[in-house]
Order: sequence, then C-alpha cells, then structure tokens
Amino acid sequence: MVTYLVGALNGLAMGSLLFAIALGLSLVFGMMDVLNLAHGAVYLVGAYVAVALAGDGASPAAFVLAVPAAAGAGAVLGGVLAGLSRATPHHLDQALLTLGVSLVVAELLSVFFGNDVHSVAAPAPVAGSVTVFGESYPVYRLLVIGFGVVLAVGVYALVERSRLGSLIRATVADRGMVSALGVHTGRVLVGVFAAGAGLAAVGGVLAGPILGAAPGLDEKVLLLALVVVVIGGLGSVRGALLGAVLIGQVQALGTTLLPEYASFLVFAAMALVLLLRPAGLLPARTAVHA
Amino acid sequence: MSAAERTQAVDGIRPRRTAGKAVVAVAVLLLLAAAPLVLGAYPVSTMTRILAFAVLVLSVDLLTGVTGLPTLGQAAYFGAGAYTAALVGIHLTSDASVQLLAGLVAGLVTAALTGWVAVRARGVVFLMLTLAIGESVHQVADTWSVVGASNGLAGMPPITLFGGPPLLAAGFVYWWVLAAAVVVFAAVALVVRSPYGRTLRGIRDNEARMRALGYRPALARYGVFCLAGAVAGTGGALWAAHARFVSPGDLGFEVAALALLSVVIGGAGSLWGPCLGAALVLLVRDNLSAAVGGHGPLVLGLVFVAVVFLLPRGVAGLAAGIRRRKEGLS
Repeated sequence: MVTYLVGALNGLAMGSLLFAIALGLSLVFGMMDVLNLAHGAVYLVGAYVAVALAGDGASPAAFVLAVPAAAGAGAVLGGVLAGLSRATPHHLDQALLTLGVSLVVAELLSVFFGNDVHSVAAPAPVAGSVTVFGESYPVYRLLVIGFGVVLAVGVYALVERSRLGSLIRATVADRGMVSALGVHTGRVLVGVFAAGAGLAAVGGVLAGPILGAAPGLDEKVLLLALVVVVIGGLGSVRGALLGAVLIGQVQALGTTLLPEYASFLVFAAMALVLLLRPAGLLPARTAVHA
Repeated sequence: MSAAERTQAVDGIRPRRTAGKAVVAVAVLLLLAAAPLVLGAYPVSTMTRILAFAVLVLSVDLLTGVTGLPTLGQAAYFGAGAYTAALVGIHLTSDASVQLLAGLVAGLVTAALTGWVAVRARGVVFLMLTLAIGESVHQVADTWSVVGASNGLAGMPPITLFGGPPLLAAGFVYWWVLAAAVVVFAAVALVVRSPYGRTLRGIRDNEARMRALGYRPALARYGVFCLAGAVAGTGGALWAAHARFVSPGDLGFEVAALALLSVVIGGAGSLWGPCLGAALVLLVRDNLSAAVGGHGPLVLGLVFVAVVFLLPRGVAGLAAGIRRRKEGLS
C-alpha cells in the first residue's frame, strides 16, 4: 500500500512537469494548428542548461539562475519556430520544419555535451528527504509537486481571469474574428509560442534532478506531452492539466507494477480515452475545429 | 484544361505517354536488375537497403500523398514486419517468402489493431496520433525482452528461397528484395489507379462531397491504413532479410521522419518520386554523415528545412512543372 502511495506521489511530480511541458504544445496547437515537433528538443535545451549551470550539485543560486536562463533560451527558440511555421500554411511543411529544427538542436546539444547520460543534483537545501507515509521521500519531488500546483493556479488566473487570457482564448477559438476586431493576432501567436517553449525549457531544468539529460530524452518527452494533449483535448488548459495528472499516474503505476509495459500502458490509456471521448476529456469549449 | 483532361492528369493516365513510360520503366528495371553484375558488394548492399526503405516510403505515400493523411507512424509497422520476419527466421524457417508473408501479416494486424484510433482524425491530429502510436511501439520494442529489448534481435540465419541453399552473396539477396519490391510497387500502383484509389483521392480533396455521394470516408481511410501497414510490414521483412539484425532504432522516430521526408522530397502522391526520394535520403544519411564527422542529423535537419522552402512540390512536382512549361511552348 505504502508503495502505491509513494508511486502516486512520484506520479504527481511527473504530472506537474508534464503540465509545464504540454501546456505550450496544446495552446500552440489550438491557436495555429501547428504541431511543434521540436517541443521535446526545447525541453532538452532546458535540461542541458541545468547540466551546464548546476551539473554536479553546484550552489542553489546556480540552480535558481538556470531557471530564467532556460526560460530565455526556450523563448528565443520558440520565437524562431513560430516565425518558421508562420512562413508556410501547409501542415506537412510545418511538421517538417519543426522536425528539422528539432534534429539540428538535438545534434548541437550532443556535440556540446557528448552522448553520455548527465545527471543534475538537486540544489543542496532541498537535496535531502523527509518521512512520508513512513518512508523517506525526496524533498525535491515534493517541491516539484508544489511548483505544479502554483503553475496550475497561475495559468488559470492568467488564462481565465485576465484580459490577456481572454485574448488568448479568443485567438484559440476564432483567429480570423479576433483579427477582424483589430487585434494583431500574429503577436499573440508568437508570444504564446515563445512562452510555451520557455515553460517547456523550465520544465527541463526542474526535471533535471529527476530525469537527468541524455540524447533521446527529447523524443520520450515529446511522446508523453503529445499523449497528454490528446487525452486532455487540444487547445485546452484544463485538459492539459487533467491529462498531465492522469499520464503522470499511469507512468508511475506502470513503472511500479509492470516496468516492461509502461510505455504500452500510456498508449492504452490514450486509446481508451479516444474510444470514449474522441475529442479528449476536456476539449476547449469554444474552439472550432474542422 | 477541360474536366476530362484534368481527371486524366490527376490519375496519371495519359494515353499519349503510356508507351514512353513503359519504355522508361523497363529500362529502369533492367538497369536495377543488372546492378549486381557490375557493382561491388557494398553498393549492392546499399541499394538493397534503399529498396527495402522505398517500400516503407511507398506505404507513407499511400497515406500522405494519395489519401492526404500525413503520418509519422509507419515505422512502427515497418518494425513489426522486421521483427516478425527476424523471429520467423530465427525460430521457424529461413525461407524468405514465408518471412515476407509473416512480415506482411504482422504489419497488417498491427495497423488494424492501432489504426482505428488514428483514422478518426485528419490533418495534424492524425500526424500527432500516428506519432504517438509509432513512439509507443518503439518503446515497447525498446523494453520488451522477448524481442531483445534495447539490444535488438540478432542471430537471424541467411535467407533461403524455395528450399535452395542459403543466399550468402549480396547480389542474390538484392535480386530477391528487388523482385519483392517491384511486386509491391505494382500492387500499390494498381490500388492507386483502381476505383478505390480514386475514392481515396476524392476523400483527400473533398471529404464532405464524397460523403454526400454515398461513400464512407472513415471506412475507406481505415482500409488504406491497414493496407499501408501491410506494405510497411513487407518493407520491414525485406529490411530484415538483408540486415539479419533488427534493433529498436529501425522503428524509431528518425526512420519515420526520414520516410516522410522522402515522400515530400519526391512529391507526395506520385509513386516514382518518393522512391527516388528514398534513395536520396538514405544516400545523404549514410554518406554525408561520415563526411561531416558523424553529424548526419545536423545536415538532415537542415535538409528538412531547405526542402520546405526550395522544393515545395517535390521532385515529381518539379518534373511536372517542366513538362507543363514545355507543352506551353510547343
């Protein structure tokens, strides 16, 4: 029983990270109909920023510094991707463009950091563990769960309660109409693309002490983020949150119970959701999709 | 262009050119068949891999070009075929035709089991779902001990044909792969020109109208998805017959991406274009990679970006453009 509870905690930590990563993917998809296949590479950039700045248990300040550094790098990359994918209206071309960028970024990372698996130590003050359910549990993961809660509340406030948020939701729902009302939707799109990519890179930093950084991690993370977005519903913030929590739990339970079939379980969860709710669990309410 | 002419142009059936086309096809076939007589073992082995990969690319083209469903998941069925053929080769029989059939069935069954999830969607969502399916199958192959997990599946004996001796020479394996690939190409070409192929193109161009005409787009899409799975599985079996080793990397994201790139380079919807694209992409990956110090993915990534801006309609589109310009002049 205790094993399951600890597994559930791990799942929540994973869910928090997945929410941070999948949010940008989902919003960009909802707004522009662009599937950003470089999203995993952006995440990996964040992870390697953490390796470079706080690789082997450097000071907590270095780790804290890695967060804005990764966010900046991610946002720049996101801006470039937004510009590229706006240059062509075809889905297939956009997919190829983002795919190309992801290959280039991943290869550059492995040129600079080598092909070894790098680990990132949690910053010293939170590197220890506390007793949870009678077992010791890393403090850092509890902090990640806390980050997820704060992020969810913050994003909810921003998207559902602010003027900027209503602009974002309106652009997801009907870009042409928002544009006709005199809003420069291009700026909204690039802004959301950059912010989403920045958030994914921050996710990479925070996931560093849990998942480390290695070539190939970008594809795994991209797959999980895709499944989260598909399960939650495209273009929906609440859907991304629900999907992330669900997939976090599926992953954690899978690795505890059936380690060999964990990836199969993720696909099974996606197939099950699509069988029952083809549009995802919480599709964007106002989105108009063909 | 009148409506009838346009239909002909879309179908690729132009009576005036049929004879010329047949001559070109026979010449290409003869050249391909004669290759092992003049080339060394290494180029022949490269050509074998290109042929097997071209079969995978054909399956991607069937979905992406003909039906208008961009896919990044066909490598999964390619891998299913390759693993099945290798397992049959190790445990049952070294007969290549049995392995080929097993690979075909494996691709078909895997596609039938997973395809219903994907065919409900269109466009980017379809791309997303096929990518998710492909990566899931990849990770299953990477962790499942029955198929050797991340070590891959080695120890497949050389193939035999119809009870003959093991085919050890690269040239014999090449001829077998060539023969099988030509049969698959002909079968796909027949499907594309059949009324069913016309239905698929109709769905690509205007699904609502096809539904109004009484067709069932969802069923037709599921059918072509299963068919493409079978084609990809055949390609996988051919790949295994040559490599005699299958690893999770053979069904990874990179293979799926390269197959899609080949289709776009060659010109989606044309059949010969993507095959040419397959040859180009594999040659670039294998040779350029060594030339730039092992940083093949870097070059490939730049190729992806360049193709979008320089070759929006592919090589086949380029050729059609030249032909149109010539006709305009005459």
